[in-house]
Amino acid sequence: MSYQQAVASNAAVVPRGSEHKSVHNSRLQEIAAGKSFEPVIHEAVARQEAILEIDNFNLWYGTTQALFDLNFKISESQVTAIIGPSGCGKSTLLRCVNRMNDLIDSVRITGDMRLNGDTIFSPSVDVIELRKRMGMVFQKPNPFPMSIFENVVYPLRIDGERNRDVLNEVCEHSLRSAALWDEVKDRLNESGLSLSGGQQQRLCIARAIASDPEVLLLDEPCSALDPIATGKIEDLIQKLKGEYSILIVTHNMQQASRISDFTALMYLGRLIEYGPTVEIFTNPQLPETEDYVTGRFG
Amino acid sequence: MSTEVPELVETAESVGDAPRRRRRTRNAAHSILAHNEPMVWLTGAGLVICLVMVLSLLLLVVSKGSATFWPSALVQVTTVNGKTHLGEVTRESTFMLSFQSLGGMEDASREQATKILHPLYRQRVVDLVEADRLQSYLEGLLENTKAAIRISVAQNPTVRDATASERHALLEAVDSAMETESERLTTATARAVEATLADESGDELQALREQYRQTQADWRALSDVAAMQAEFTPELLESIWGAQLLSLLSYEIQYPMDRRLIRTGNFELTGEHFNWVSDFEVVDDGETKPDWAVLFERLSWGRFYGIPQSLTADGEVVATGPEEVWTSFQKYHPEARDRWHQRRRLEIVDIGRINHALEAARLALKDVELAHGRDSSQWQAANDKFTQDKEVLDAEFDQIRKEIQRIDAENEKFQVLVKTSDGQETSLQLAEIVRAFPANQLSTVERIGVYFSRWREFLLDDPREANSEGGVFPAIWGTVVMTMLMSIAVVPFGVLAALYLREYAKAGLMVSTVRIAVNNLAGVPSIVFGVFGLGFFCYIVGANIDQLLFSAKLPTATFGTGGLMWASLTLALLTLPVVIVATEEALAAVPRSMREGSLACGASKWQTIRRIVLPRAMPGIMTGMILAMARGAGEVAPLMLVGAVKLAPELPLDGSFPFIHLERSFMHLGFHIFDLGFQSQNSEAAQPMVFTTTLLLIALIALMNVMAIMLRSRLRKKFDAGH
Repeated sequence: MSYQQAVASNAAVVPRGSEHKSVHNSRLQEIAAGKSFEPVIHEAVARQEAILEIDNFNLWYGTTQALFDLNFKISESQVTAIIGPSGCGKSTLLRCVNRMNDLIDSVRITGDMRLNGDTIFSPSVDVIELRKRMGMVFQKPNPFPMSIFENVVYPLRIDGERNRDVLNEVCEHSLRSAALWDEVKDRLNESGLSLSGGQQQRLCIARAIASDPEVLLLDEPCSALDPIATGKIEDLIQKLKGEYSILIVTHNMQQASRISDFTALMYLGRLIEYGPTVEIFTNPQLPETEDYVTGRFG
Repeated sequence: MSTEVPELVETAESVGDAPRRRRRTRNAAHSILAHNEPMVWLTGAGLVICLVMVLSLLLLVVSKGSATFWPSALVQVTTVNGKTHLGEVTRESTFMLSFQSLGGMEDASREQATKILHPLYRQRVVDLVEADRLQSYLEGLLENTKAAIRISVAQNPTVRDATASERHALLEAVDSAMETESERLTTATARAVEATLADESGDELQALREQYRQTQADWRALSDVAAMQAEFTPELLESIWGAQLLSLLSYEIQYPMDRRLIRTGNFELTGEHFNWVSDFEVVDDGETKPDWAVLFERLSWGRFYGIPQSLTADGEVVATGPEEVWTSFQKYHPEARDRWHQRRRLEIVDIGRINHALEAARLALKDVELAHGRDSSQWQAANDKFTQDKEVLDAEFDQIRKEIQRIDAENEKFQVLVKTSDGQETSLQLAEIVRAFPANQLSTVERIGVYFSRWREFLLDDPREANSEGGVFPAIWGTVVMTMLMSIAVVPFGVLAALYLREYAKAGLMVSTVRIAVNNLAGVPSIVFGVFGLGFFCYIVGANIDQLLFSAKLPTATFGTGGLMWASLTLALLTLPVVIVATEEALAAVPRSMREGSLACGASKWQTIRRIVLPRAMPGIMTGMILAMARGAGEVAPLMLVGAVKLAPELPLDGSFPFIHLERSFMHLGFHIFDLGFQSQNSEAAQPMVFTTTLLLIALIALMNVMAIMLRSRLRKKFDAGH
């Protein structure tokens, strides 16, 4: 869906639910009309140690702007969820963090992000080195057409690691961390594609953490999975929380409320409200946020 | 659909709607009529037509190709002309025997044919009379007869060469004679018909024809138009008239007659490999299958059919009478063949080696001459060395020649005397005989033995008899080596090009233009590639290579002419689009998510391509290679320009350094088929080999494809397990 279509469909959706209770849609309409908006960022966020800082970030697909003036920080060793209706730019934002947006020719950005203080969007940055500092898990499980073992140690392989002991150790550690070791330890040489969907996604997580990343980027990791597999992944995210900083994009508000420590709500490329998950879901400062988390729009 | 309709009926009834016409239910038996799905028939018919065409092609090639080597019985037929033919029946056909075909026959045959045709002719005239249609039929014929006589006169050589006025005068005279004598001619017509009716045996008609032929000959012999005019009397006209009329009446008389093509061999005696024998020519009880008729397959002059009389071993007659000769033939023949093989080895391997050494020495001298000139001291030294080497090699050569002469002398002493069906006797050297067997005495097992021995020779030996006999091993070898080299050349280039187009190039006008151009390249006629290969590879690249590296050999071209390498590269160019298109499709089919996953792990673009994209696309790339191989192996037209030859003296890949000889010309099965079918002197003998070679080519391409497909499915299994 193009950005413009997304805008149109959202605009159409806004009046829904007005029978029950009037939606606080005047500000949303202003945003849709292109007016700037000052987001609400809770103080609790500011107190946290930041691993990723987003500064005045804007992004255009061709001539259409998709992200507007984003300014916020992602906390270290916490789970931060980005929620928002379709087309609000949350995946776009996530993909900018490891510069996957480079793959699209028409993208233009201004502003910057900083990973542990190191700039991301400078021409001098080695994108490959940058990506090695992050792990990313995609919407659909995408194991490579190779053995389970090779899938997990892929990040090391491309670094030229040949020491069998190191590889074995990393493989076991990653699979254990991804809660997959017991299920696959006897068939590490089978194709990664022979696993079930949920196992494949955990394999992808194992792969993402094999290179010991600073940030784990999860782009709707459960949207292609059944509830049981989703539960396992959520448990896993909880388990990984202390060890890694996790940024997760999700459609599923229950999921965000269950697993995240902080939640950011985005709408049409702008940040609306950002704060501790409990606050966002139980005591949001903006009526629009309440409307969204209670399902009155979006 | 058929299950739904009854339900509908039930619902309608149970709901109790207003009375409605009960719907016709359809049961499964009617589904073959494909109600409302007429396109099933059209599409199905399309498929059936395709299948029928493919299967009938295969059936034809397999049946004809596999029958070639089956040893058939030897028949001996005696004809009314007093000739005896002994040989194999290669094919049968039916032709229409007619009065027109009598002209080329020998007297006895003509007589025999007339006996068959005349009753038909007479019956026809009787039928016309009885149906009371003769008169009207004849009236139509009269005009035709007049025209025929006019044409016959005008085409007379003397008349043709005469001046216009003379010719005109003569034709005027003919016309006026026909006008004035028309009464008389009508009578002549009636008389001819009466004669026909009365003439039971055809003898009188035969006499009339003879008379007419004589008259025509006499008249044609006149060299003077004036004399002709004087000779064109009413009597002559009447004679010509009657015969023309008869030939027009008999024009449509035809009788279907079987004839057989008998491979009679014995070319050095008869000058013919084959003879047609019509069934009516065979005398009563004239067809036999002589027990001791033996078929000899020889190195030269084609097959020989005859009855063995005596066998000479070591210069002495050791056996007489067919049975004894056959026993001793089996005893002495293997030795003789061994001697022949030994002689051939000497000729090809040893003399070949000496020739190569001599050529190398000569080239070394030439190199020195080109570098230092003829007057230099270096040249003197090199020349001395060359003379020395040459003396050594010449001595060796003489020795080998003496050995060959010794073997020849030995072979002279082993001969078999064979009597042909027409009584001539000929001696055949045992060493010259490839294979011999008394075809009419073979048991089924022995026949199968001969069959497979012929296949073995076909697959493993060199051709002989201008390719129409012997084996096609060099052609198989050439095809395989050429196809392999082509694949080695085309796959890396094609894959690299496709990788650039799909992975690196930014989509835009340039890329689409290149893509369209590549696709169009696939539609360029293959002969165009042949012309390009000849013009660019052979004449430009090859000639320059010769200048740089093989200047001593000039003016003899090394790479500057057609050869294995240029043929492979030309075909690689021809099949490049196939590989590029297939690879591009395979690359496009690799999911975007996999690339992103790899890039997100910090892999560079090339690492992603090498570790993720290429392995995943490999089955598709293999498909492209298979298609390219199938196309390349079957291509003939460009090869004719860039290196395929009728007969290559040396294999392109053999045991002598540097093992693969890229500059050599080579034989190719496809070209071999073309050569057999259209360039062979003995086309009747070559025709079955066309089918056998085609069968072999199909089998070879199928084999190469099956191997590639197996490789591909192994790759696929590796990457496609599970989901």
